[in-house]
Parts: sequence; C-alpha cells; structure tokens
Amino acid sequence: MAPEESAPGTSTGTAIAEPAAAVDRPWVTIVWDDPVNLMNYVAYVFQKLFGYPEPKARELMLQVHNEGKAVVSAGDRSKVEGDVRKLHAAGLWATMQHDD
Amino acid sequence: MRTWRCRGEGDALRICSNLESYECQLIASMVGSTSEILAERASTAPRDPLSEITGIVTGHTEAPGDPTLGRLLPDFHRPDQDETPSADTLTGDLNGALRSLNEPAIIDQKLAAAGVVLDTLPEGGGDIALTVAQADGWLTALNDVRLALGAMLGVTDEPVDLDPDDPRAAHLDVYDWLTVVQELLVEALMGGVSAQD
Repeated sequence: MAPEESAPGTSTGTAIAEPAAAVDRPWVTIVWDDPVNLMNYVAYVFQKLFGYPEPKARELMLQVHNEGKAVVSAGDRSKVEGDVRKLHAAGLWATMQHDD
Repeated sequence: MRTWRCRGEGDALRICSNLESYECQLIASMVGSTSEILAERASTAPRDPLSEITGIVTGHTEAPGDPTLGRLLPDFHRPDQDETPSADTLTGDLNGALRSLNEPAIIDQKLAAAGVVLDTLPEGGGDIALTVAQADGWLTALNDVRLALGAMLGVTDEPVDLDPDDPRAAHLDVYDWLTVVQELLVEALMGGVSAQD
C-alpha cells in the first residue's frame, strides 16, 4: 500500500467554531453498500487499511452487504477523517459522522 | 488471460499472470482514461494564494457535477444520514472543508495506483509478475475503472441486461471482464498474503 502521509486534519481549523462539548465527541467511519465493489475486495481493504484479522474484515464486509452499511472504525475527528480518505482512495463509499 | 498465481514467499512473493497484447491495450486505455478525468479534476482546483505560501495543497470544495467523477470522489459526510449533526454539517461547510483538504491526496493516490498498472503492463502482452504493493495498486486502479464504468452504465445490484445493439454493450463486456480480473487478483492476494502470516 501507499505509505501513510501526514494527516492534514481539519480539526484544528474548524473545532474552534464548535461548542466545547462537541470537540471531543467521537466520530465513526461508515462504509455503505454499493453495487460495484466486490465483496472479497471490500474485506481485503478492511484487512489492509485497518489491520483487522480476516474473520473481522469478512464480518464487517457482510454487514455492509446485508444491512447496507457498517461502522468500520471510530475515534477523534482527524483519525476518522484519515480513515475516510484512505477508504475513498481505495474506492469504497465511506462517510464520517458523529457517534450516536 | 490466465488466472493470477502466487510464486515465491516473503519479499520475493510475486503475483503472476499472463496477458494478451489486446488485453494490455484495453487495460492501458481504460486506466489511462480514468486517470485523465482525475488529473483534469486536480488541475481545475481553485488556486489559493495562501496554499502557495504554506505549501498545503487545497482542492475543490464542491462535489463534482459529473456522476462518474462523483463516484470516484464522494462526499465525506451525508447530512441526511446524521442524526446528531453539528452546526457546520448543516451549513454544508463540513463537506466543503473536508473535500478541499483531502481530495488532492485521494486523487494523488489514485493516479499513483494507475501509474503502477501502466508501468507494469508487459508491452505487447506476455508474463507479468507483481509485488504485493504493485498488486495492491492494480486492485485500486482496476476498481476505479469499474467504478467509473459502473456509474456510466448505471450498474445496480440487479444484473444489467443490455440489447446487443445498445452502444453501451461493449462497455458492459469490458466491465464484466475487469470484474473477473480484479476478483481473481484479490483471491490470489488473499491466499498468498494470508499464507505468509
């Protein structure tokens, strides 16, 4: 895989405008089902990008396939932003949102 | 083409196949076209005087209008799916900011993957032997071509059934063939890499 580049991160730029309580709210990375990405490829990407063991990668892939989406990682905003960037680079349909 | 097979182990592991001349031309053409639309997107990003000083490259803040490019470069956030959005997610500033900061790097990675394919395709066809890193580049680039074709063809979970006279029928054949090439490559990689662990 391509080497990890330094995470640009937007948290310092925009967190200032948010209420203090919102700054530390955890974010989650969501992968959505799409008709083009192959099931094996999606599982392979989860293993490669997140270092998940194959059973966990397959379980998440099947959740995406069967339920339409799955939370694949969580953390602070810049970590999740970096995860979405890597997933987009690999061609998966991923978004980030606040953890409910 | 033959299927992909793993040979060697450790750093010497190679994922090997053999491609006909016309298959190499087809892959080069499809990967090249996808790179062109991505490079054009990068070249049309607004120039920011501040980034020329800081060296931080910023990209477009707006999503691409074209659905093909839109599928290659989706938004980072779906306000319609977020039950507890913050202020900036509602105004749309969040997607603009995330896109501007991240799109250049995403395009660079996709172009790098495409470059790996173009650099490793045997000229005129023949044997090909990829390192794991090169094979990962192939997976990414083949996937991007399939995403682009899938968006153009309107691929859904239902099988696409085109009339043979439909001008898109040839593109669907290419899409289906690339699907097989990618599926065989990822299966070889999963088998080869897990055998190393």
